[in-house]
Amino acid sequence: MKRLCFLAAAAALAATPALAQENTITIGFTDSQTGPLNVDSLGQQRGYEFWRDEVNAAGGIKVGDKRYKVKFVSYDDQSVGGRVQQLYTRLVTQDKADFLFSPYSSGLTAPATVISEQYGKIMIDSGGAEEKPFETGNKYLFMVITSASHYLSGAVAALKEKNPNAKVALVYSDDPFSKAVLAAAAQQAKAAGLQIVMNESYSPSTTDFGPIVNKIVSSNADAVLGGGHYSDGATLARQMHDQRANMKWVSLLVAPADDKFGELGQAALGVTVPSQWELQVNYKPQFGPTTAEFAKAFQEKFHAKADYHTASGYTSGVVLQHAIEQAGSLDTDKVAAALNAMDITTFFGRVKFLTDPGHHGLQAQHQMVLAQWQMIDGKLGRQVVWPAEAKSADLLYPIPAAKQ
Amino acid sequence: MLGIFASIIDGVLVGLVYGLAAMGLTLIWGVMDVINLTHGVMIVAGMFALFLLTSALGLNPYVAMLPVLIGGFLVGVALYWISIHRMVGRPPLMSLLSTFAVNLVLIGVGTAVWGTALFNVEVSVPGISMGRYTFPGAHIVAAVLAAVIAAVLYLFLQHTRLGKSVRAVANNREAAELVGIPTTRVLAISVGLGVALAGISGVLIATLFPFTVLSGDGYQLKGFVVTVLGGFGNPVGALLGGVALGLLEGAVTPFVPVSWTLVIEFVLFVLVLIAFPTGIFRSRRGAL
Repeated sequence: MKRLCFLAAAAALAATPALAQENTITIGFTDSQTGPLNVDSLGQQRGYEFWRDEVNAAGGIKVGDKRYKVKFVSYDDQSVGGRVQQLYTRLVTQDKADFLFSPYSSGLTAPATVISEQYGKIMIDSGGAEEKPFETGNKYLFMVITSASHYLSGAVAALKEKNPNAKVALVYSDDPFSKAVLAAAAQQAKAAGLQIVMNESYSPSTTDFGPIVNKIVSSNADAVLGGGHYSDGATLARQMHDQRANMKWVSLLVAPADDKFGELGQAALGVTVPSQWELQVNYKPQFGPTTAEFAKAFQEKFHAKADYHTASGYTSGVVLQHAIEQAGSLDTDKVAAALNAMDITTFFGRVKFLTDPGHHGLQAQHQMVLAQWQMIDGKLGRQVVWPAEAKSADLLYPIPAAKQ
Repeated sequence: MLGIFASIIDGVLVGLVYGLAAMGLTLIWGVMDVINLTHGVMIVAGMFALFLLTSALGLNPYVAMLPVLIGGFLVGVALYWISIHRMVGRPPLMSLLSTFAVNLVLIGVGTAVWGTALFNVEVSVPGISMGRYTFPGAHIVAAVLAAVIAAVLYLFLQHTRLGKSVRAVANNREAAELVGIPTTRVLAISVGLGVALAGISGVLIATLFPFTVLSGDGYQLKGFVVTVLGGFGNPVGALLGGVALGLLEGAVTPFVPVSWTLVIEFVLFVLVLIAFPTGIFRSRRGAL
C-alpha cells in the first residue's frame, strides 16, 4: 500500500512539468458580484471573460514566436473600496498577476490604481471614468473609455438644440464618478446658456427619492441631468414617473444603459443615457470583430444583449493583447510603451491614450453617443439619438406626459 | 409653499410605513428584551415573497399580503425555536449575536439565489394630484393599510385573551407564569407576530420602491430610530414614531440638501436618547 502511494505521488510529480509547459499570462481584477454595483459590474466581467475565451480558443496571445494562454484570477470586492486595496495587493503579491484590469466604477478604481502604481503593474481601466487618479503622475494606467467630464456633453448639446431656454435640475449620486461628471456638465450647461435651477447630490444608498422628486418639481425644472449607477438611477426614474414630475428631458448616468432598465416599463420611456457604445454604432475595426459579429457571438454565449460595459470590458482585453503582441514581450515597460504609442480602431471605436505626465493614460479619442429609451415595434428599447451622424432614430422630445 | 406642504404629506405617508416596519422590532423587544437583528432580512423576505407571488402567480400585490402574513408568522415561530428560545433571559448581547448570525446566513442565501440586483414590482393605483405635485396611489394605499394593521394589532393586544397574555408576559414573565399563562408559547407567538409584521411591511415597501437583497439594513436602521422616537417595546408608539420621522424628513428636505436629512435624523436620535431614555411616547415600563 505504501509503495502504491509512493508511486502515485511520483506519477503526480512527473505529470506537473507537463502541465506547466503551457505558457500562461495571468490577469487579475476584482468584480462586484455582490453589493450595489452588481448589475453594472456583471456586464464588464462578462466582457473580460468573453475576450479571454475567444483568445484562448484562437490559441492565445502571440509573444514573439510563443503563444500564451490567458488565465484570470478574480475576487468579489463586494462593491467596497476597502476590499479593493486588499484584493489588488493579493493579486499582485500572491497570485503573481502579470497585468491588471480595473474593478467596476470610479470609486473602486481609484484605490486599485494606488496598488497598481505602487507595484508597477499595468492596469487597463474600462470601469472607472473619473480623471483624478490619472492626474497624479502615473506611468501604468490606461483608460479605454471616455472619461467623466465628457459624459454629458452630448446630452447638453442635444438639449440645447431642442430647448435653448431649458431649466435644468442636476440631481446626482454623491460618488466620485457622478460628481466629476456633473461638475463638468454644470459648466457645459452654463456655457450653452441653459439655466441651472437645482444642483444637489444624494447618498448612493438612497431608497426613497420622494423628497428629491418634490424638490425637482418645486424648482420648476423641465429637464433633469444626473443619476449615478444602476440602483439609484432606476429608482429615481421610477419615482419621477410615479410622482408625475413630467420632465420634458431626463438624462441619467449608467442605469438606463442596462437592459434591465426596461423592466421599469413606462417609467423608462424617453430617458436618455450617455453610452460608451451601443449595438447600433458602426465603426470599421482594424482587427477583432465588428459590432454585429460581437453582438451575435455574445448573445449566443450569454443569452443576453451586449451592453457598453460588456463592450468596454472586452476592449480592455483587445487593447492589452494588441500591446503585448506589438511589444513582443511581457515586460511591463515594453508593453506600456506599446500602449503609449497605440492608435487603433475596434468595434468599440477609436482608442488612443494621452501621454503627457499630468494626464497620462486618459482616453483621447473614444467618442460617446447618447441613447434613448423608445418604443420600437411596441417594445421598449434603446436607440442612438445623438450625434446626428451616428443616430439610429430621431430624438423623442419632450418625453410624453405620464398617464395614470 | 405648496411644495413644503406636499413634502410633509409625502413624508407622513411614507412614515406610516416605516412605523409599521418598526412595529415588529419593538414588539419582540417589548415582550422578551431581545433585539431581533433578523428584522431587516425578514422585511426583505416579504419584498421577495411579493415579487414571486406577483410575477409567478400573477396575484394582486395587496392580496399577496395574506400569504405573507401567514408565512411570516410560521417563519417567526421557527425563528424563535432556532435562535431565540435558549437566549431569552440571558444577557441581551447573546440574542443580539444569535439573531445577527441568522441574519448573515439568510443574507448569504439570498445573495446566492438572487444576487444583489434591483427588483421592481409594478403597482398601478391612480394617484392624487395637488397642483403640480402628485401623491402616488401606492403610497396612499400603503399608508392606510399600515394604519389599519397598527389599529388591529392594538385591538388584539388590548382586548383579546391572547393579546392580554402577551402584555402580561411583557410586563412580568414570572408573574404571568404563576397565573398559568403558557409563557413559552406566548413568546413564540410574539416572535411570529413580529416577523409577520416585518414581512407585511416588506410587502408594502416593495410596492413603493425597488429593492435588493441588501435593502433590509436601511429599513432596520430606520426601525431603530423609529423605536427610540416611539418608545422601546411600544408597537403603537412605533407607528407614531414613524409618522414623526416622516414629518421631520418632509419638513426638513425642502430647506437643506437631501444628503443632510440623515445627519439631522441621527442627531435627533441622539438628542432623544439623552432627553427621553425610554422614548417619547413611552409612559411606563411594560406598557405594551
